[in-house]
Amino acid sequence: MPQLIVIGTSLGGLTALPVLLQTLSPALSTPIAIVQHRHRDSRSGLLDFLQPYTTLSLREVEDKDPIQPRTIYLAPADYHLLVESHQFALSIDEPVSFARPSIDVLFETAAESFGKEAIGVILTGANQDGAQGAATLKAQGGTVIIQDPTTAESPIMPAAVQANTSVDWVLPLTQIGSCLNHLCLATRKSRSS
Amino acid sequence: MKNDLEEIEIQLLLEGIYQYYGFDFRNYARSSLHRRIRKILADENLPYISDLQARILHDPACLQRFLLGITVNVTSMFRDPSFFLAFRQRVVPLLRTYPYVRIWHAGCSQGQEVYSMAILLQEEGIYDRCRIYATDANETVLKQAENAIYPLELMQQYTQLYLQAGGKQSFSEYYTAAYGNAILRHSLKQNIIFSQHNLATDRSFNEFHVILCRNVLIYFNADLQKHVHYLFHESLCMLGILALGRQESLRLSPFQSHYEPIANREKIYRRLH
Repeated sequence: MPQLIVIGTSLGGLTALPVLLQTLSPALSTPIAIVQHRHRDSRSGLLDFLQPYTTLSLREVEDKDPIQPRTIYLAPADYHLLVESHQFALSIDEPVSFARPSIDVLFETAAESFGKEAIGVILTGANQDGAQGAATLKAQGGTVIIQDPTTAESPIMPAAVQANTSVDWVLPLTQIGSCLNHLCLATRKSRSS
Repeated sequence: MKNDLEEIEIQLLLEGIYQYYGFDFRNYARSSLHRRIRKILADENLPYISDLQARILHDPACLQRFLLGITVNVTSMFRDPSFFLAFRQRVVPLLRTYPYVRIWHAGCSQGQEVYSMAILLQEEGIYDRCRIYATDANETVLKQAENAIYPLELMQQYTQLYLQAGGKQSFSEYYTAAYGNAILRHSLKQNIIFSQHNLATDRSFNEFHVILCRNVLIYFNADLQKHVHYLFHESLCMLGILALGRQESLRLSPFQSHYEPIANREKIYRRLH
């Protein structure tokens, strides 16, 4: 059963994330962590921007926050976000592929902590951050979903993942939410029955 | 299974370094530590952490490379300008009431934020009565901090951050350009004392009016964070100021109730008792 969903996006993410969040079931309890590339000085702007699109609680990660259900965590600007078993950690190590926060760092540490119980989602983006992390996540038994590059505002990021990894799902943006609902809620139903 | 083995190898490596050299990384947060050790392993061109352990224990030059790889953080002058602005507006007025101000900048890395503070205090006209103790566990990094030389290409970004932080002059007045570098003005250094101090193993060395420790505790696990909060509480005078990083908090401190927020969003606190 999935323990954590990690999502990475760059250019176009501010259009894509609201669509994705609106299609998530309010019953979804699997925690979600998001890296959206953004300017190093941007503060809580992203949180305020996204909150209207979800009833789940939304939070910018603070150091050593425990990973809680029914919560969406945002990587703070100018920090790497790392998964450390059942909590988050932050670092100001050098940027990875020019990015801090780096999608690769989030995905790789999610893979280490949760392996096959992690789901990685790569949305629109104009660079290749995430390609390495998604490959690692897949190699550790996790599930990888990408936004169909032909429907992405900027196809480079999901296409880079596709070139590197045999992804589990290639979906238009509007169907990614229901896929996540299915993966996380269906498993639970079959367990309880 | 690979990860379990890696964890065992890392524990042995850290234990070896602690027992032989006295540097204690055993309570560093695991996720960053693992990444950094893997990077060092690749740089050293070694297959296993056990090989790295042998090289570090038998070759002090390798230890130096390891220490650098494990401890360097990448910050900038006036990182989080709103923090420096809040410090200027809320903390400086408090500091004006003291005849003499001792500031401890713990984990100063390459010095960018120490000089930012020196600029701020100079512009507020109180630098003459301040003494900044800038410490870091790593000697190499401290030397870089003391040199006060940064790549010229960063100055444009620093200038922007300086202005957002409430800077009152032209930022270019604070450095001289030479050979692709920016050399900071000498007067900024005059009241800074650089010295080696390891938060994990060294004790309190003075009583301070202000302690700045930003984005250092994120590299420590909960136990070591607690230990450092003891150290800070012990080293801070009554009504002294504690400033943490933007995404850090007093949540893991046993002294949370001993502080009140002065600028909550900027993680600036004052010791009450």
